Amino acid sequence: MQVDRRSVLTGAAALPLTAALPRSRARAQANKTIRIGVLNDQSGPYRDTGGITGVICAKQAVQEFAPNFAVEVISADHQNKPDLGASIASEWYDRQGVDVIVDVPTSSVALAVAGVAKARNKAYLNTGAATADLTGKACAPSIVHWSYDTYMLAKSTGGATVHAGGDSWYFITADYAFGQQLQRDTTDFVQKAGGKVLGASPYPFPGTSDFSSFLLQAQSSKAKVLGLCNAGGDTVNSIKQAHEFGLTEGGMKIAAMLMFITDVNALGLDVANGLTLTESFYWDLNDRTRAFTKRVVPKTPNNWPNMIHAADYAATLHFLKAVKELGADAAKQSGATIVDQMKKMPTDDDAFGKNSIREDGLFLCPANLFTVKTKAESHGPWDYYKLAVTTPADQAWKPLNESGCYFVKA
Amino acid sequence: MITIFGIPGPLLFGQLLLGLINGAFYALLSLGLAIIFGLLNIINFAHGALFMLGAFVAWGMLTYLGIGYWPALILSPLIVGAFGVLLEKTLISRLYGLDHLYGLLLTFGCALVIEGLARNEFGSSGMPYAIPAALQGATNLGFMFLPIYRGWVVIAAVVVCLGTWLVIERTSLGATLRAATENAPLVQAFGINVPRMITLTYGAGVALAAFAGVLAAPIYSVNPGMGSNFIIVVFAVVVIGGMGSILGSILTGFGLGVVEGFTKVFYPQASATVIFVVMVIVLLTRPAGLFGRTT
Repeated sequence: MQVDRRSVLTGAAALPLTAALPRSRARAQANKTIRIGVLNDQSGPYRDTGGITGVICAKQAVQEFAPNFAVEVISADHQNKPDLGASIASEWYDRQGVDVIVDVPTSSVALAVAGVAKARNKAYLNTGAATADLTGKACAPSIVHWSYDTYMLAKSTGGATVHAGGDSWYFITADYAFGQQLQRDTTDFVQKAGGKVLGASPYPFPGTSDFSSFLLQAQSSKAKVLGLCNAGGDTVNSIKQAHEFGLTEGGMKIAAMLMFITDVNALGLDVANGLTLTESFYWDLNDRTRAFTKRVVPKTPNNWPNMIHAADYAATLHFLKAVKELGADAAKQSGATIVDQMKKMPTDDDAFGKNSIREDGLFLCPANLFTVKTKAESHGPWDYYKLAVTTPADQAWKPLNESGCYFVKA
Repeated sequence: MITIFGIPGPLLFGQLLLGLINGAFYALLSLGLAIIFGLLNIINFAHGALFMLGAFVAWGMLTYLGIGYWPALILSPLIVGAFGVLLEKTLISRLYGLDHLYGLLLTFGCALVIEGLARNEFGSSGMPYAIPAALQGATNLGFMFLPIYRGWVVIAAVVVCLGTWLVIERTSLGATLRAATENAPLVQAFGINVPRMITLTYGAGVALAAFAGVLAAPIYSVNPGMGSNFIIVVFAVVVIGGMGSILGSILTGFGLGVVEGFTKVFYPQASATVIFVVMVIVLLTRPAGLFGRTT
């Protein structure tokens, strides 16, 4: 009896622990193997925006590139904890022979991993986090930031909303690095365009699921636009509840400052239709994006790729091209050397097309502003977006002279 | 317009009402916890996961079987309650007579397993669950726009809470239950099957959580993490109300919902902590909780 109870207890307690450990414990047998570590949230609120689909997309890049050197993709769950993220990153770089870490959503974790990569001169391709600091204050010669950042979102969604007449704003903001920075950047664009901010409700993150109180405050502020500076499940809940409380019927417009197609899928088109949002990738953008999606979707049928997933693919592919150029031996020596090579070569992939990486490590691609379709306009699974406007790559991002990155010559 | 502490009156009334709505969930969940703790002496950490399971069963019935909200409101608590009975029979019953800590660890482990499995199966973004047709829309109360569904949540929660309280306090079944809480061997000596009663009580407490889950489904997205958002707060509610106190958990649930609602207006950053501040104050001044008995 005693033994039974113990085994049940330890069994139940050990399950979540084993899930937290890095997936692959295999020793780095061959020193020449290029190892790619995909580090993201595989069990929490950002599981669907990154998660296993991100790992699948990185593997897809390896499979398509068919390198003439050995490549291995491993993955782990950082559970959105900066300390856990940093310790997995150190373990990977120091003991597992990992040459590059990819994905890493959640700005706080992303910045912690940036410190680890910088100290070891290891390549780090962030595709999952929003903070513009990765190519600013926290930049490093071995870091590239892909797909989106707070500045680009604020400019695209924020700018377009003000131009469409939304000149007074109320923010509902996740009270941590990401939400605060997104609110600050959006406020800048709103004010520059002549709009004003009437108020904000910074709410505790994580753990808030009821937004009705903040929505009511937004309503009584009489602002024309409700700016949501949050992500994932929080965004989904905010929008759902805004509908319930009649904010949109009262003429208020919702600007979801960061929203992915996965969130639209969770909301359903009945509620999501008419929303504007910015993503740098959409599966139905052109023939190449459709071709990419067609290759990936069979491996992740319930979770179609969003811009993070697409960037996992594109960043891994470009990384492999750089390694091939340098040779695996040279590539394993220094992260900065690989990233330099990546910056020298123009990027070209099915997800984002032809683009480039700037001196400070920012991947420059066009930013697409989308409007979510109504049910009547949607003709198939995941047919959710209408393209409203595309901001070209040279205008979508923070100008290089404002970057704040230490190694960029003024 | 009337203003109170610089906040417009209508906004405050609105928050009061919203507080009651959130309080309805706190009350329903803490009621189940209080019943389980009162009779089984088990701190049921799996309560949040079972709440989530209630919502998922409702979602599953709608998606795969086409069973709508109203039948789900009855069926889901029955199904999840049966699952609770199974849980009690196979696992929890082995821990009676041991320290509270064992029950806490076991149920916590169960919660992690249930949530992990749900996350593996359904992802974390959540599933949409539509508000039933009869309760769609909103009414303008003058000071706020009240979604009809939320009004229904408060009414349903009050009715169920009061019903449960009446059963426990005013019926002979309730009297037996309370007697078994006080002195199980004596009640058993009267020929009452106490183990079966305990199992059914656990099932009933779990069914209450599932009922709250179905009520919550149209408001929040149905996602594996929905229970863990609530559970810590609900535990604080139970502690403040007094462990095992039925009426205490109901009143504290609604009351703290309102306190939290007002905090969201005056200082939103503290809205997640205010309940714990109250808990500390209550524990310092009345260690047994507001409605608890010192024994």
